[in-house]
Amino acid sequence: MIITVASGKGGTGKTTVAVNLALTIAADQSVNSADPLLLDCDVEAPNVHLFLNPVIERGEEVGILIPEVDYDKCTFCGRCAEVCVYHVLAVVNQKVLIFSELCHGCGSCSLNCPEEAIHEVLHVTGVIEEGHARGIRFAHGILNIGEAMAVPVIRELKKRIGEADLQPHSSVILDASPGTSCPVVETMRGADFVLMVTEPTPFGLHDLKLAVEVARGELGLLVGVVINRDGIGDEGVEEYCAAEGIPILMRIPFDRRIAEVYSEGGLVIEALPEYREQFRRLYQKIREEVKK
Amino acid sequence: MRQIAILSGKGGTGKTTVAAALAHLASQEASIVLADADVDAANLELVLSPQILEESEFTGGGVAVIDPELCIACDACAEVCRFEAIVPGDETYAVDEIGCEGCAACIYVCPVEAIEMQERMDGRWFRSQARYGPLFHAHLFAARENSGKLVTLVKSRARLAAMEENADYLLVDGPPGIGCPVIAAISGADLTLLVTEPTVAGAHDLERIVGMARHFGIQAVVCINKYDLNLAKTEEIASWCAERDVPVVGRIPFDQAVTRAMVQGKPITEHSDGPVPEELQRIWARLKAVFGENDRRAFYDVELEGGESDASF
Repeated sequence: MIITVASGKGGTGKTTVAVNLALTIAADQSVNSADPLLLDCDVEAPNVHLFLNPVIERGEEVGILIPEVDYDKCTFCGRCAEVCVYHVLAVVNQKVLIFSELCHGCGSCSLNCPEEAIHEVLHVTGVIEEGHARGIRFAHGILNIGEAMAVPVIRELKKRIGEADLQPHSSVILDASPGTSCPVVETMRGADFVLMVTEPTPFGLHDLKLAVEVARGELGLLVGVVINRDGIGDEGVEEYCAAEGIPILMRIPFDRRIAEVYSEGGLVIEALPEYREQFRRLYQKIREEVKK
Repeated sequence: MRQIAILSGKGGTGKTTVAAALAHLASQEASIVLADADVDAANLELVLSPQILEESEFTGGGVAVIDPELCIACDACAEVCRFEAIVPGDETYAVDEIGCEGCAACIYVCPVEAIEMQERMDGRWFRSQARYGPLFHAHLFAARENSGKLVTLVKSRARLAAMEENADYLLVDGPPGIGCPVIAAISGADLTLLVTEPTVAGAHDLERIVGMARHFGIQAVVCINKYDLNLAKTEEIASWCAERDVPVVGRIPFDQAVTRAMVQGKPITEHSDGPVPEELQRIWARLKAVFGENDRRAFYDVELEGGESDASF
C-alpha cells in the first residue's frame, strides 16, 4: 500500500505524521507489515532525516539528460532548436548554445538530429541517499541549490518503490512538499491513498481544497484528512470534509508539547507515548478506507 | 522602486502573515504594489479582500493528443516518452495529460501522424485592487505544470504597474521551497526577507534558502517567527546568521491572536495591538533601514528603540 502524505499549505505537520506513521507501522508487529519504506519527496526542503537520523548507506547523484553537441558531425541545420519546446538550444554563428537550466531532459533534440550529432550527458541536479532507521527503509532526494526542477529528482526517488521488493502487506509512505503543483502531483501519482494533513484555519482549508482537487479530482485517488492543531481556528475544515464526504481519520489537538518535541527534532510517539495508539488507529483506518 | 521577496524554504513559517502585515504597515507611509507569487496555493487574497478588476487566461504550454482514429498502437510514442505519459491500449494509445510535459518528442516518431500538440489553459491571473494597493495574483489549475512561468507573468505585471504608478515598494509573497517558482519569485528582488521558525526543520531549510539567495546574488535578511517556542533554537539560528553576515531583522513571538486575525481575514497589524504587531513595525523599520542607502546607523537607531541588541549586526 502506497500512502502519500500531502497538505497544500506548508507547515501543517506532514513530516510529523509521515514519520510517526512509519514508525508505528515499523514497531507494530500486529499489523503485519514489517519494514515500511519512507521516501521524503520534498526534495526542495527535505526534513524527514532530521527526525529519523537514519544511517545513510548509499548515495547516488541524479539529474536529467541534457544535450551535448558533437561538432565533428553537426551541420548547424537548426533542427534541434526547432523541435525543442523549452528553448534550450539556439544555433548561432556555427555554434549551438545550450541553456541547460531550461532543459526537461525529454531527448527530443537528439532524437530529431539528422546527423546524430547530439548525445546526452547527465546533468546532476540532486542526490538520492538511502539508509535505515528504526526498522524503516528510508530514502530522500536533495535538489541542489540553484536548480529549478524538483520533479526529475522525485521521479528517480520513486524508482526505489519498484526496487524495494515489497511484501504484500508492506507499506510505502511518501512525504510530499507543500503546494499543489508538479512536485506534489508527481509524489501523488500511483498512490493508493493520499493523507491530507491540514490545520483548521482559512489558509489550511483553502489549500486543502486545492490539494483534494488534485488528488481526488484530477488523479482519482482516495483521500482522507488529519486535522492538526485541532481547536486553534474555525470549523471550516470540518464542514468542508462533511460536505465532500472526506473522512477525518485523526485529530491532533493543539498541544504545545508536540510543538516543543518537533522543534528539537524529536519523535512524537516516543516523547509522548499516548499518541502511539492514535497513530496505530490512523493506520488501521487508512487500511479500511483502501479496502472499501 | 524597491522589490522585496518574502520567502522561507520551509512551508508554513508565516510568510503570508508577515507579507500581509508589512503591506499594511508600508501602505500607511508609502505607495505599494503586491504580488502573490504562490500561484498553486495563493493565500494573500484571503486577508487582503481584493476586488478583481481584470482577469486573464494563462497558457503555459501544450499537451500531446493522440487521434484514436489514426493511432495504430505501434508503441513508438511510448518508447520515446520519458515522462510515462503514454497510456498503451490494444486498439489505440492515449496521453495521460497530467504526466505529459508537452515536450512533443512523440509527435516526431509517430509513423501515422496521429499525435498533435494542443495548447491548453493552465490557470488564470488577476489584477485586483486590494486593501493596501494593487494586487497581482493567480490560480494555477489543479495538477498543471509551469508554475514558475505563471509566477514570472504575475511578477512582471506587478512590476510594470509599480513602475507606472511610481510605487515605492513591490512586495512579493513567495512560495515555499527552493525550486522553479521560488527562483521566479526571487529574481529581480532588491532584498529577500526569509521567514523561519525555531525548529530543526526551520533551521535546516533556512540554510538552503539562504544558499539559494546567495546563488542568485540577492541580499537576504531573516526574521524568526514564533521565536519563543524554542529560545535555544532561536539563538542557534541567530548565531548561524551572524556567522554569515545575514541580519536578523526581527523575532516575532508566538501568539494565537495571529490565527484569530487570519480567521477574521485581516492582517495581524490591523486586527489588534500586541507584541506581534509591535515587532512587525520594528521589522518594517529595519527593512527600510537596510534600504536606507546602506545607512547602518539608521539600523542601530531602530535597534535601540526596539530595546534589544542583536548580535548579528
